[in-house]
Amino acid sequence: MTDTPILDVQGLETHFFTKDGVAKAIDGVNFTVRKGEIMGLVGESGSGKSVTGFSILGLVDPPGKVVGGKVLFKGEDLLQADDKRMQELRGARISMIFQDPMMTLNPVLRVDTQMIETIQAHEKVDKQTAWQRSRDALAQVGIPSPEERMRAYPHQFSGGMRQRVAIAIALLNKPDLIIADEPTTALDVTIQGQILYETQKLCRETGTAMIWVTHDLAVVAGLADSISVMYAGRVVEQGNINDVLDNPVHPYTLGLLGSVPGHNTRGQRLYQVPGMAPSLFKLPKGCAFQPRCGYATEACQQDQTVTEPVPGRAVRCCHPQVEVSS
Amino acid sequence: MSVFIIRRLMQAILVVWIMSLLVYVGVHIVGDPVDMLINPEADQAEIARVIRDLGLDRPLHEQYWYFLKNALQGDLGNSFIFNEPALKLVVQRIPATFELALAALGLAVVIGIPLGVYAGLKPDSKISQTIMASSILGFSLPTFWVGLMLIMFFSVMMGWLPSFGRGDTETIFGVEFSFLTWDGLTHLFLPALNLSLFKLSLVIRLARAGTREVVHQEYIKFARAKGLSQNRIIFVHLMKNIMIPVVTVLGLEFGGLIAFSVVTETVFSWPGMGKLIIDALHNLDRPLVVAYLMVIVVLFVFINLVVDVLYSILDPRVRLRDLKG
Repeated sequence: MTDTPILDVQGLETHFFTKDGVAKAIDGVNFTVRKGEIMGLVGESGSGKSVTGFSILGLVDPPGKVVGGKVLFKGEDLLQADDKRMQELRGARISMIFQDPMMTLNPVLRVDTQMIETIQAHEKVDKQTAWQRSRDALAQVGIPSPEERMRAYPHQFSGGMRQRVAIAIALLNKPDLIIADEPTTALDVTIQGQILYETQKLCRETGTAMIWVTHDLAVVAGLADSISVMYAGRVVEQGNINDVLDNPVHPYTLGLLGSVPGHNTRGQRLYQVPGMAPSLFKLPKGCAFQPRCGYATEACQQDQTVTEPVPGRAVRCCHPQVEVSS
Repeated sequence: MSVFIIRRLMQAILVVWIMSLLVYVGVHIVGDPVDMLINPEADQAEIARVIRDLGLDRPLHEQYWYFLKNALQGDLGNSFIFNEPALKLVVQRIPATFELALAALGLAVVIGIPLGVYAGLKPDSKISQTIMASSILGFSLPTFWVGLMLIMFFSVMMGWLPSFGRGDTETIFGVEFSFLTWDGLTHLFLPALNLSLFKLSLVIRLARAGTREVVHQEYIKFARAKGLSQNRIIFVHLMKNIMIPVVTVLGLEFGGLIAFSVVTETVFSWPGMGKLIIDALHNLDRPLVVAYLMVIVVLFVFINLVVDVLYSILDPRVRLRDLKG
């Protein structure tokens, strides 16, 4: 854990300009990821967690647009970088794993083609070397008989195997950062477990930093070093993984953790956060969580500032629940 | 793969046989060729003799049986008018029609795919909207009228290109081709363009629709996230996916091109099969019509077979299904 972080996101804002108005999908997000660190980015659907990942890589499709902030990757602001520079970085220094392994591999190209092109897009190596490196990457992510599987088409793989191929592709160029956008959501729990275990191992071995986007707190609990909880385009609570999960301070984090079925007593009604996630077109005034929050007061009508109610914890709330959890 | 081809071949033979039945019966319903063939002043005995000579006095099923027996040996009967083997007459005209149809297909693909992909990638640009609007014209303007306009403009007004015939031809393996000489090429261009217009519009639409669909697929975004160049994404990742529907439709439409060439060949006096069939229909030359239709049927069936094979090469998922089947 040294000086400059791999990734330092400051005040990132991504808005979607639709005909119904401007949706502030991301509205001032800050976080840092250090070398070898795995950060869990957690939130409900529509909280802006996936868009954050795409914004970092400059892959937000219109009508979406990054309108503000800084994305410092090893000190270089990616939002100022031109297309050519971004193309150099993508897949080489920062790679991404997508949510649905059934959709991410091109159905009409063989796995070896899709792997070799990833290497050759960034390095001048001959096909033979690229092929060997690709095969080694497949072996590394636990694909049996990688030599034969190189010649296969994506539809000849199961979902879990396809995601392994996608992870192998992400690892090919030994990136400094991997953004994983809910990579295990579409998989069986057993496969999910294996993939989590192996990704964690690979990150530890290679020192690759990772942003793991998910809505599943259980996944993050076993995997990540730190956590950022997003709500309506903002990070509401941030800190060390164990601290946050053991002693959540923001009422939303509290609600999320309370919603995990295991935390409820058997036979009782399951807890859920009351209300619905707000529409990005009609965000409530002040704190976006305030209409669903049991602790809301007049003060919540104001814009919330980020405070540090507990050391090492960033919280965007005027009623941090420190006393409740301690 | 070979099991797949053999199965398709069996289906093809069945289709050809059924079509032969339909064609034969159909042509017999259309009209009586005897009236066209015989001198109006011929007497009853003469008429009876001609009918007997042509085998037209036998019941239809016997005629068909006779036809089928000979057809299996490659004899589709003699033309009533030319008194030559009908098949030979049709086959002689095939290269001209094929050359025209292939040239038209080539134009449709070479012009249509880039335009369609462009229109799909930049759907809101003025150029794309112009492309799409023109493709509607290509669909809706009648072929013969466009042909006449092309002649009017390029041949009559500008005098750039000739308006009829095949021009100088070069002979390879005993078959004459226009595209091998410059003069022949200038003769080929206008009719090929005329014939391709409809398919060109179709290719543009298919390529655009395919591009619009594929460009939003996750695997394209993943390809971008891998840091691939825009060219690689368009020409490999996108193109290979949109080619699947394009090849399917074009393959099927190739038969249509040959059928449509009747109009174009007539307008440009292109000496192909289309011109032959028009004359044969006019004269109720039964064997010639039957021979033409049989050749077309076999062509269609063959083209379908080729498309299936091509399709399985392009789309690995089809291959797998057939291996299992």
